[in-house]
Amino acid sequence: MEPLVKHEGNTAVLPRVNVDTDQIIPKQFLKRVERSGFGQFLFFDWRFLANGKDNPDFELNQDSAENATILIADHNFGCGSSREHAPWALQDYGFRVIIAPSFADIFYNNCFKNGILPIRLQEEKVYELMENGKDKVYNLTVDLENQKIADKDGFEASFTIDSYWKEMLLNGWDEISLTLQYENKITEYEDKVTL
Amino acid sequence: MQPKTIIEKIWEKHTVLSEQGKPDLLYIDLHMVHEVTSPQAFEGLRLTDRKVRRPDLTFATMDHNVPTDNRTSIKDAIARKQMETLSNNCNEFGIEIADLDSPDNGIVHVIGPELGLTQPGKTIVCGDSHTSTHGAFGALAFGIGTSEVEHVLATQTIWQSKPKTMEVKVNGRLAPGVTAKDIILAVIAKYGVDFGTGYVLEYTGEAIRGLTMEERMTICNMSIEAGARAGLISPDQVTVDYLKGREKVPSGEEFDKKASEWLALSTDEGAQYDAVVEIDSEEIEPMVTWGTNPSQGVGIHGTVPSPEDAENEAGRKAIQQSLDYMDLKPGTKMTDISIEHVFIGSCTNSRLSDLRAAAEIAKGRKVAEGVRAMVVPGSQKVKIAAEKEGLDKIFIEAGFDWRESGCSMCLSMNPDFVPEGERCASTSNRNFEGRQGKGARTHLVSPAMAAAAAISGKFVDVRKLEEPSVTQ
Ligand code: SF4
Repeated sequence: MEPLVKHEGNTAVLPRVNVDTDQIIPKQFLKRVERSGFGQFLFFDWRFLANGKDNPDFELNQDSAENATILIADHNFGCGSSREHAPWALQDYGFRVIIAPSFADIFYNNCFKNGILPIRLQEEKVYELMENGKDKVYNLTVDLENQKIADKDGFEASFTIDSYWKEMLLNGWDEISLTLQYENKITEYEDKVTL
Repeated sequence: MQPKTIIEKIWEKHTVLSEQGKPDLLYIDLHMVHEVTSPQAFEGLRLTDRKVRRPDLTFATMDHNVPTDNRTSIKDAIARKQMETLSNNCNEFGIEIADLDSPDNGIVHVIGPELGLTQPGKTIVCGDSHTSTHGAFGALAFGIGTSEVEHVLATQTIWQSKPKTMEVKVNGRLAPGVTAKDIILAVIAKYGVDFGTGYVLEYTGEAIRGLTMEERMTICNMSIEAGARAGLISPDQVTVDYLKGREKVPSGEEFDKKASEWLALSTDEGAQYDAVVEIDSEEIEPMVTWGTNPSQGVGIHGTVPSPEDAENEAGRKAIQQSLDYMDLKPGTKMTDISIEHVFIGSCTNSRLSDLRAAAEIAKGRKVAEGVRAMVVPGSQKVKIAAEKEGLDKIFIEAGFDWRESGCSMCLSMNPDFVPEGERCASTSNRNFEGRQGKGARTHLVSPAMAAAAAISGKFVDVRKLEEPSVTQ
């Protein structure tokens, strides 16, 4: 996994609540057996019109959101299905950071496994960012090491994150290798409990 | 000894490692695998030259992609490839699989309990959010992503932060005609689509105790629709009776020993939860959703709300978004909404008792003109049992389509879908935009309510349905 220490990038604003993973990546694209190539289908039903053209009303299709790597989203982002295709699509599309007042549990965990940093931030702060980034190119710096977000005009916010996930992202560790360091503990457990 | 909830008891028993600054490392007793969320995980194992640690604790099935008309020839080449990939992976790694021609095949959350793989006290995971279904047995069961599937395959463990616990108390007795589906839809309508985030729910109360295992599964199934990672119900004699004699459950003395272990798992008298919510059964009517998340529902005699009813801007936005998509106006009576499709199936409501409830309504009646109604059993075993009772005939005579088992129109990954702009009464668990097809409009209901909608062409109170006009 690619480590993430400090990230600077442009934002895209998606002011919709309860965005579910069915929306992030509709089911017709779940049939692939590969992990890559999902970005082209991200938000498919919102992003494209019936004739296949870009939907000009959709937030990510605005000029200001072009090449965005930071997504600013609303409450309960990523709810619904556990499909990891959702973070795969977001990552493949180019996102490395998602900022929202709240996330659904499974999605939140899935992000870390794919080098995406999901940041839970107070609602007022998120709405401030949305205001700042609305209809214009807006650049943010996310500093995972110091757990801070800042823009060039004086916006600053800090966020909390589980130290476990933080380490994982900072180092780009593979979780399975990490766990296998404890293999003797697992074996011990298995010896104790017969299943 | 300090009284404990069942959640804490299961957690403690399965903790392999607990260190400061880390989630706990939990041992997994049962890992269920299906074709959609597993191929990349197996590929990951191959790339790193890893093995499946406990193939004996892993069980696979195919369900999401399966066609419900003809299972022997699968036209969709990509779907076929995904299913073949699963079979090959299971062969390669030595995992038992209920593939398409197995009598055990069916929706993963239907066959686990059916086979007796699902048992009280187990930790159960699957790359599917409705794994919470298995909580009905007093198991700690939750959905995981594909990286976690790979992690569990390789290590039989998972890193998890200890969840908070919440009691969801359903007081009193259910009124006749009100079902388990109505309870869970009413709870989510009352407390919202994310009240369970960060929690494991335990359902308690007189109404829950009075439910059969199949009804309990319907409730636990939808815990994820409240944002909760898992939901469970402490085991009791009903649980034990259900499991007795099942294929993967021990028999004889061994069973009796297990049964007493299971019963001892129940939450202790006086145990504390981090939060408690309550609902009175008397408040609950047959429910119908009007929006695009499962909390947007009302009793059948209710009306579509207005964005003005919301408390804040976010709420107004959510309602407006849903009304636009569903093409509904505030104030519309639920009983004035007509439908073109009915889907009876999914891991929420596709078990024998669900089909019986729907058949009871269908019996001697006819599906309304212009309505396409489909019944999809949850597993091949359910299908055969239903046919033995003649339920298939009742449905077919009434004009329903009787299908092979699978997920089908719950998420429409197979060829079954609702066309754009059309409306469906569905017994599934998610009314998200596009879930049943692009532009499809889904209303969640119980099996009896779905059957009643099929007969009437619109939503009606199943308790007030006119007597059958067709004599048999
Ligand atoms: S029936 Fe629906 S919710 Fe259940 S496992 Fe299948 S797709 Fe998921």
